[in-house]
Amino acid sequence: MELFDLSVITGSLPEFWRGLWMTLQLTGFALLFGFFAAIPLAVLRLSPNRLVSTPVAAYTYFFRGTPMLVQLLLVYYGASQWEWMRAAWEAGHPLWTLFREPYFCALFAFGLNTCAYTVEILAGSMRNTPHGELEAAKAMGMTRLKALQRIVIPSALRRMIPTYSNEVILMLQGSAIASAVTLVDLTGAARNVYSRHFAPFEAFVFVGLIYLMLTFVLVGLFKLAEQRWLAHLAPRKAGAGRSS
Amino acid sequence: MDALIEYSPSLLAGAWVTLKVALMSVLLALVTGLIGAACKLSGFLPLRLWTMLYTTVMRGVPDLVMMLLVFYGGQVLLNVVIDHFHWDFIEIDPFVAGVLTIGLIFGAYFTETFRGAFLAVSAGQLEAGRAYGMSGWQVFRRILFPQMLRFALPGIGNNWLVLLKSTAIVSMIGLSDMTRVADQAGRSTHQPFTFYLAVCVLYLLMTALSSYGLGVLMRRYSAGVRETQV
Repeated sequence: MELFDLSVITGSLPEFWRGLWMTLQLTGFALLFGFFAAIPLAVLRLSPNRLVSTPVAAYTYFFRGTPMLVQLLLVYYGASQWEWMRAAWEAGHPLWTLFREPYFCALFAFGLNTCAYTVEILAGSMRNTPHGELEAAKAMGMTRLKALQRIVIPSALRRMIPTYSNEVILMLQGSAIASAVTLVDLTGAARNVYSRHFAPFEAFVFVGLIYLMLTFVLVGLFKLAEQRWLAHLAPRKAGAGRSS
Repeated sequence: MDALIEYSPSLLAGAWVTLKVALMSVLLALVTGLIGAACKLSGFLPLRLWTMLYTTVMRGVPDLVMMLLVFYGGQVLLNVVIDHFHWDFIEIDPFVAGVLTIGLIFGAYFTETFRGAFLAVSAGQLEAGRAYGMSGWQVFRRILFPQMLRFALPGIGNNWLVLLKSTAIVSMIGLSDMTRVADQAGRSTHQPFTFYLAVCVLYLLMTALSSYGLGVLMRRYSAGVRETQV
């Protein structure tokens, strides 16, 4: 028996291609939702009012303290436990029937998960805003909201880029568990190819390489983003500024 | 609630499996990380390149893909060996496959943690040790290692918390950890939500206990270090 048969891969390329597309969709949409939902939530997280900040803290604590796989299973399989949910499914309720769809459930769980991490990353970045900048904003007569919008959030978003890049890569890799709820993402495609051909090396090494390449692309994109938005923090080039 | 009480012994048995996987993996990861850091800091270029390849691949491929490769691929390799020596059929144990995968993946993360920590110990400390007439091993054991550990502890703590959560994927290769027990119990009682939520609570309990333990260790290893007060 051959240990590595390339024809297994070439014969299943369309399946891998669809899997890649699914992985990119799940990761992309979850990150998009997580990022934009995290901005207001991070502001609430830092609110001096305990009644506002505690629920957000509890949310991030739960989602960062439990495995994403369990969160996914909780959403997808757990939903059917509730009688009102099943009743809504039978009635064809437009919102609740979504919880029958593995695709929606995966987006829901992944989105809430990455949002929780992003809230903490962004809140941490906002906490590190230099105090003088806030004082200057106040001296200019900005309200709290204006200062947030013009000073705190933009600069915090810039400074969180290096940490956030880790979260994006972890989300890409974390999405591999989507096959646990019958979705055929990259890993799901590999599992199908494996069980059809009994060819574990071809299937898993191939998708492993694809994930690796996707990771490299993301790292490269974030390098570009840092050059664009964090240029002022880059170490000076040798010789620069010597003349003064 | 009754169902939860009824199944609590098997759920706790599953929690014990989860804990065993996590502890064995972290042990393997710590050893691998120390060796990896030594390789990355060595003057021998091929060794450095190999370690770089190892850390890049391990951190760039999802843990689940790696685990399926080790579990299913390992079985195929094992079959080849068995055929060759005409042994009886041996099945790959999901526990071994899980620990091996998680341990080696987090070994890559620990390599980076330890490498940074070794570099953070000031060279003057080591020179002072040599000046006192200590041997290389004595300098390592008395000066470099304990101080390195203080720098590495926050990183070790973070990696441990991530590792603990990533053990949940062993349920996907058939190991009866608490996630799989909850899956089975949820199906037979038609209360999946209750059981998965119970697993969440157990994970939160484990992470809370670990955070407490890490705080204690941190204080112990930071004895005599003054922190900057802002």
